[in-house]
Amino acid sequence: MIRGMIVELGHFALILAFTVAIVQTIVPMIGAHYGWRGWMALAEPAATAQFVLTGFAFAALTWAFVTSDFSVQLVYQNSHTLKPLIYKVTGVWGNHEGSLLLWVLILTLFGACAAWFGGNLPPRLKARVLAVQSSIAVAFFAFILFTSNPFLRTDMPPMDGRDLNPLLQDPGLAFHPPFLYLGYVGLSMAFSFAVAALIEGRVDAAWGRWVRPWTLAAWVFLTIGIALGSWWAYYELGWGGFWFWDPVENASFMPWLIAAALLHSAIVVEKREALKSWTILLAIMAFGFSLIGTFIVRSGVLTSVHAFANDPERGVFILMIIALFMGGALTLYAARASAMEAKGVFSTVSREAALVANNVLLAVSCFVVFIGTIWPLVAEMFFDRKLSVGPPFFDMAFTPFVIALAILLPIGSMLPWKRGTLSRAMRPLMPALVLAVALMALAWAMQTGNSALGPLGLMLGAWVVSGALIDLWQRGGREGLGLRLRRISRLPRADWGKAVAHAGFGITVFAVAGLTAWQSEDIRVVQIGESFEHRGYDITLTDVQRIEGPNYTSTMGFMDVSRDGRFIATLTPEKRNYFIAQMPTTEAAIQYRFWRDIYLVLGDPQDGGGWAVRTYIKPFANWLWAGCIIMALGGVLSLTDRRFRVAAGARRTAPDAVPAE
Amino acid sequence: MTAATLIRAAALACALALPVSGPALAVQPDEVLDDPVLESRAREISRGLRCLVCRNEAIDESNADLARDMRLLVRERLVEGDSDEEVVAFIVDRYGEYVLLQPTMTGSNLALWLAAPAMLLVGGGIAVVYLRRRKARPEPEATLTPEEQARLKDLLGD
Repeated sequence: MIRGMIVELGHFALILAFTVAIVQTIVPMIGAHYGWRGWMALAEPAATAQFVLTGFAFAALTWAFVTSDFSVQLVYQNSHTLKPLIYKVTGVWGNHEGSLLLWVLILTLFGACAAWFGGNLPPRLKARVLAVQSSIAVAFFAFILFTSNPFLRTDMPPMDGRDLNPLLQDPGLAFHPPFLYLGYVGLSMAFSFAVAALIEGRVDAAWGRWVRPWTLAAWVFLTIGIALGSWWAYYELGWGGFWFWDPVENASFMPWLIAAALLHSAIVVEKREALKSWTILLAIMAFGFSLIGTFIVRSGVLTSVHAFANDPERGVFILMIIALFMGGALTLYAARASAMEAKGVFSTVSREAALVANNVLLAVSCFVVFIGTIWPLVAEMFFDRKLSVGPPFFDMAFTPFVIALAILLPIGSMLPWKRGTLSRAMRPLMPALVLAVALMALAWAMQTGNSALGPLGLMLGAWVVSGALIDLWQRGGREGLGLRLRRISRLPRADWGKAVAHAGFGITVFAVAGLTAWQSEDIRVVQIGESFEHRGYDITLTDVQRIEGPNYTSTMGFMDVSRDGRFIATLTPEKRNYFIAQMPTTEAAIQYRFWRDIYLVLGDPQDGGGWAVRTYIKPFANWLWAGCIIMALGGVLSLTDRRFRVAAGARRTAPDAVPAE
Repeated sequence: MTAATLIRAAALACALALPVSGPALAVQPDEVLDDPVLESRAREISRGLRCLVCRNEAIDESNADLARDMRLLVRERLVEGDSDEEVVAFIVDRYGEYVLLQPTMTGSNLALWLAAPAMLLVGGGIAVVYLRRRKARPEPEATLTPEEQARLKDLLGD
């Protein structure tokens, strides 16, 4: 009896969470205004209750998927009894309704975390932060309950489901949305802190210290989410492309860029009490771009490879949410921002100035992505031109910003706070410069063809990575090697995080350039038993077989790869046909190695016998994902820094003390 | 038939036909031209042309039948001696400017192309003005003596 009711209980829990969110939006806000402690204190248990109720609703939906309860419409449309268990679970968020439920689950999780771990926040600020956070939840609970309810039943339960889109039945893509959402929604905390600070009318070093870990965590999740999506595209779509400047990719990239700017400007607030109003604006915009991203993905307004939903009613609802929150926050900002008085003074050549440059470059590059993404829509609406904006535009318009960032990064991170000189910052970097130029010359001399991309990428990558290492080395002082190393190992985690994240960025820049410039491709018809050579590798198609999978049939090629007579591997590229969803997919066979990937794709059987076969050598492909992981690792290291954990110190310095550095 | 209706019809065809027909893999072996120079020109051109029935894919990467037709058309024109620009002009003439993945720098599109440099100038300008104004302002009096600051730094463990 109770089993049959689990879905209804989940539905009920969701409605309850909605009402709790409404209460949590109103009561603590009023309490904070009048200084009523009891009203403010309500926010904490409410945040916990919201999370628990939403968690229960999510668990109930997962239960329906796992038990293949096809009387629930959503399960019928997106699942199948034959589907492997893991994809039954990931299928919960592989659709519009379920993914929104995951969205609010994470939103309430962040709210609850702020309630649990925000013990050091002043009660007023905390009550306001939780109330603002809860107001976002109200909007999204309403969105789910009124336009996208995942718990709707059908009268006549069908025997079996329609299966999940096969492209989504994949480990890379299955866990890509949760990470992205953790990132998107994590930025809601920065937004809530910004709005709360505006209501409060005060931003100080302590505020910078509180808002930074949330932004950092969101940025780490976004980095991992974007990397997962990119890796998925690399191995799944069948030609090894890793970034397409697709609207949906841009939707996740824009908040990433703004979050990166925000984490840097929050440092200036924390250490120097400057750039306050700009940081508040970035915090608002970062979440604004998250909402725009959600809108782009969920409304399907800019149709793209990923957009599975297409429903104007939902699009309008999200637009209203964006208008409400961005309009409200920006109005508040316009009214209050001038009250944010800056304290720290610095010269035109200083760490602060370098971080301003970083912020200008990141913000404008985000603007480039934004305008390129919406331009087709603008052109159609206002100029009656139906046109496309694709990779060639973005490559051309975006790349200069990456180059400028990479050039400036090591210099900026060597500059001291307040006042510095360029020559002093450059002196220790000379070895890095020499190394970078030498490597560029070497790459230029060794490569066939004369594309500037590869050598340039190598130069920038080497410059950024060695610059990050030199930065660490310099921090060790000038005494003997042993003492120096000991000092370096004892540096705050934030310093390590900075060096590691910057090195990861350098590796990623190099890998993108190297992979794009130096990859090679071969397309041909191969008979079974026939061998061919590509870039020194001898490849033989030994057999092609039909294989049955759980919910697909596969045509699998068996290909032996060897080099100089030495056997390397047998690779098995596949073409799959998911018979329930009636959709074919290609599964490339990839041998991942340090220097290069061998990437084989099986095509169609040819009329004259034989099979179409595509062979790619992808140099430095793994460096790309490694670079992203290292970047994220840098963020995590920084997040574990003592001063975020011992945040009590932040409160002591909060009123009007001079910043510690 | 206008370009827009052509696109709509093609999109419909794509939606209906794609799940049934198997994926042909982007450039097929039989499409490849014997002349490597012509072929690499063809690849370069087709990377800049959008497959009409797909979402945001170049014809070079697309599996759709229409993309194959367009690739063959590009190669046909090249073999007949058209320059790259002529081939692109021919395709645009036929399918509309929607096929161009890199929008032209004409008319209203100038706003798109100039948006980034303009924004950089504005942002950079504001930043420079801000930095200069900050420099001009006098340093506020330190509320702690250097000794106290050193102690504070020590206490905070930074």
